[in-house]
Amino acid sequence: MSDQTCWKQSWTISGERVACGEVVESIREAMSDAGIGEAATFAVRLSLEEAIANAIRHGHAGDVTRAIAISAEVSPKEVELTIADHGPGFDPDAVPDPTAEENLTIASGRGLALMRAFMTEVEIPPPGNRIILIWRSQTGD
Amino acid sequence: MASQYAHLSLEAYEGIIQIQLSDRHILDELAIRELGQEFDSVLQDHTSLHLLIDFSNVEHLSSSALGLLITLNSRMADRGGTMMLAHVADSIQEVFRITRLDRVLACHEDLGSARAAVLGE
Repeated sequence: MSDQTCWKQSWTISGERVACGEVVESIREAMSDAGIGEAATFAVRLSLEEAIANAIRHGHAGDVTRAIAISAEVSPKEVELTIADHGPGFDPDAVPDPTAEENLTIASGRGLALMRAFMTEVEIPPPGNRIILIWRSQTGD
Repeated sequence: MASQYAHLSLEAYEGIIQIQLSDRHILDELAIRELGQEFDSVLQDHTSLHLLIDFSNVEHLSSSALGLLITLNSRMADRGGTMMLAHVADSIQEVFRITRLDRVLACHEDLGSARAAVLGE
């Protein structure tokens, strides 16, 4: 992230709703202060919520007392979020495609697809217990 | 009379169960579980064939909430009925398109057009 007006923050939180909500709200405010519009804020918020939900549900097997590490960097042109859990990780290539005809009526497994659709980049380095979400402005101004 | 539900309000008429979702953000896992339990209760108490869900209060929903909608849609189909959504925000319709759930979930612009579809008007 090259922009000199970058806002940075990191947190270690439990998976309790209140703690997650405070992080989401801080990032939303930072994006608003950076002049980032509603559509991008929606995309980042949804992706962050999905990443936190996956960390709790899959990384920590539903245990909301385990710690999740979140860091955020926000500038007017770019937002980068990292969400890490203490689980064993997963292979993102092994996740079934939820948009395949045979999977359309399966009730779960859409979080990663949504993150990939809404963010500019999604990286899940091995062993797969950390996800990096990057949104970049597509406008040339 | 106060509603017995925390996450929805209910009206039933002409073979239709009409639900208005109360929460602006349907993101929290616990709240989604509770919402699912409230739908369970509604579907036990009402045998109507058509479920109409009003999204006019809803701004965001998570993939877990999508899972709940898919489950409800399947339950209504198993009953031989239908499920329809109305007043779905553009951002949520975008989520449906990305996940191709626009092929599974029937969205109507408003409650009137959803009711007309049910009643064959």
